[in-house]
Amino acid sequence: MTSTQANHPLLRVDNLRIEIPGRRGTLVAVDDISFHIDEGEVLGVVGESGAGKSLTGSAVIGLLEPPCRIAGGEIHFDGRRIDNLPYEQLRRIRGRHVGMVFQDPLTSLNPLYTVGRQLTETILTHNDLSEKGARKRALELLREVGIPAAERRIDQYPHEFSGGMRQRVVIALALCANPRLVIADEPTTALDVSIQAQIITLLKRLCRDHGAAVMLVTHDMGVIAETADRVAVMYAGRIVEVGPVAEVVLRAKHPYTVGLMGSIPLVGHDVERLTQIDGAMPRLDAIPPGCAFNPRCPRAFEPCLRERPELLTVGPVEAACWLHGGTSGGGGGHD
Amino acid sequence: MIAFVVRRLLQSILVLLAVGFIAFSLFTYVGDPINNMVGQDTTLAQRAELRERLGLDDPFVVQYGRFLLNAAQGDFGISYRHRRPVAQLIAERVPATLELSLVAAALALFIGVPMGVYTGLHRRGFLSQVFLALSLIGISLPTFLIGILLILVFGVLSQDINAAIGFHLVPQLPTFGRGDTVQLGWWSTGFLTESGLLALILPSITLALFQMTLIMRLVRSEMLEVLRTDYIKFARARGLSNRAVNFGHALKNTLVPVITITGLQLGSIIAFALITEQVFQWPGMGLLFIQAISEVDIPVMAAYLMLVGFFFVVINLVVDLLYYVVDPRLRADKAVAAGHQ
Repeated sequence: MTSTQANHPLLRVDNLRIEIPGRRGTLVAVDDISFHIDEGEVLGVVGESGAGKSLTGSAVIGLLEPPCRIAGGEIHFDGRRIDNLPYEQLRRIRGRHVGMVFQDPLTSLNPLYTVGRQLTETILTHNDLSEKGARKRALELLREVGIPAAERRIDQYPHEFSGGMRQRVVIALALCANPRLVIADEPTTALDVSIQAQIITLLKRLCRDHGAAVMLVTHDMGVIAETADRVAVMYAGRIVEVGPVAEVVLRAKHPYTVGLMGSIPLVGHDVERLTQIDGAMPRLDAIPPGCAFNPRCPRAFEPCLRERPELLTVGPVEAACWLHGGTSGGGGGHD
Repeated sequence: MIAFVVRRLLQSILVLLAVGFIAFSLFTYVGDPINNMVGQDTTLAQRAELRERLGLDDPFVVQYGRFLLNAAQGDFGISYRHRRPVAQLIAERVPATLELSLVAAALALFIGVPMGVYTGLHRRGFLSQVFLALSLIGISLPTFLIGILLILVFGVLSQDINAAIGFHLVPQLPTFGRGDTVQLGWWSTGFLTESGLLALILPSITLALFQMTLIMRLVRSEMLEVLRTDYIKFARARGLSNRAVNFGHALKNTLVPVITITGLQLGSIIAFALITEQVFQWPGMGLLFIQAISEVDIPVMAAYLMLVGFFFVVINLVVDLLYYVVDPRLRADKAVAAGHQ
């Protein structure tokens, strides 16, 4: 495990671009983003709805739904390029090497099959086991994700499980084949607040136990702060800031990240109103020139309107903002 | 479960009673059967006597009650025209109709479902577009017209077409009757002779075409719906093979509406076989019924309508039971309650 780490990260995404062709021209949903995930690492991906987080996750696993398509860039998994693989070869990577957990556990499971059948089916797809062995493994997994009375529950249908329990089953399904990367696409958004923490803790513990890295897509900054090792902040299809979670949470560099952090209410502090970032993220067909965040940015200045900033190293993090370095603006040397 | 079946059976009886009631209330208006039974020189007194003997001067409610009483004892009366017991007449005709209907239903299912799956999976494929365009023809052409066109091509013009293009392309197919049948007890089957099977081809295609295209379009739209769901995406994300995803997961989820429609359609195939039977002079119940209408043969009409009503009711019951087989959410009411305490 560590030997590969020295050479290349587990997942490397270079200049990924996702387009949505439509009648009135092509929309760019994800624009030229690059990031990596190391072996065993938890990368949080945050951003508003429509920022391109989920599309990025789907693209990595090769499940972009038409008409969305990868229009450029490369995705490397364990040193091997996977974005141009034929469907059948990509399928062998899915589930076995890259697991996925979706947002809504109520709709992620096929209602017509028992939980056990869906587990054994997945186990048998990826492992050379007998029916009996697969069932034994399914039972182990159900116990591991904390489903009480697994022997009885294994023969029940998804509708007989509560939402939290179903998400546990979904996690068990994602971990069936001991994947090295788990893409969790808003795994707690559809759950009761009281269940969310349990599921996140479970996901984190299991992935650590199984040695799996996690790409945790969410818009919940609190979840990221608790769980992730590093965090990537996305805005309008681009990564605006990426770095170690403590740095990004405590000393955010990009005004958008600052705004995101500022909008988390703190328990014990009385505030009149919750802080919010004014305005809304631009529609994909109306992204302004320059920095996409400039209409909402409290600190926007002249170069922001003219030229789009690239990700630049700012101390321990990288941020795409003219306030931090950049040659064309006068904001260099700030901080 | 048993309680459910019993309840449904009781409801079925009510439905059948209602069907009979409506049928008898309409018989008053279909014409005077006496006119068809007697000669022109029969006196009015003789006519009145015959009418009274047959009970036709009673109000329809009384006639209906008498029909029910006799039917409960297995006596469906004597046909005015054939002067034979109606039960016997229908028993002779049922095999022809049922064999035709079953072949048509099988054609509709075994061609319609795969075509629906194919067009659902390859939405923009060339073949899918061809199927969809052809299905418009199947949906919009009336059954009798399809039958007549088939007769024209495969019965009347086949020799000319073959002669014109120079090789044997269009086979000559029987367009009239059932061909040779074999008697198995009281059931006469056309499945066991070559001419019987050949005779089935055109009528069953005629009868199946509409249902086939309907099932195809239904399966297609259901497939499109199901393929968009999260659990299909999740099944793909788990790395399951295409076959397992498309047929194991997607197709099974389309089955509930498909079973509903297919069940209802099987009922109407049996009921509306009469048009096809008329076009192909197929000696089934439908043909008997159409003749009975023109002769105002009330006992035959009553028995036929009750029988068709019975088929519908039974098929609907089977459909309801199949739901329970396919969809666990319906059978597990108790388990849900227990699971959530």
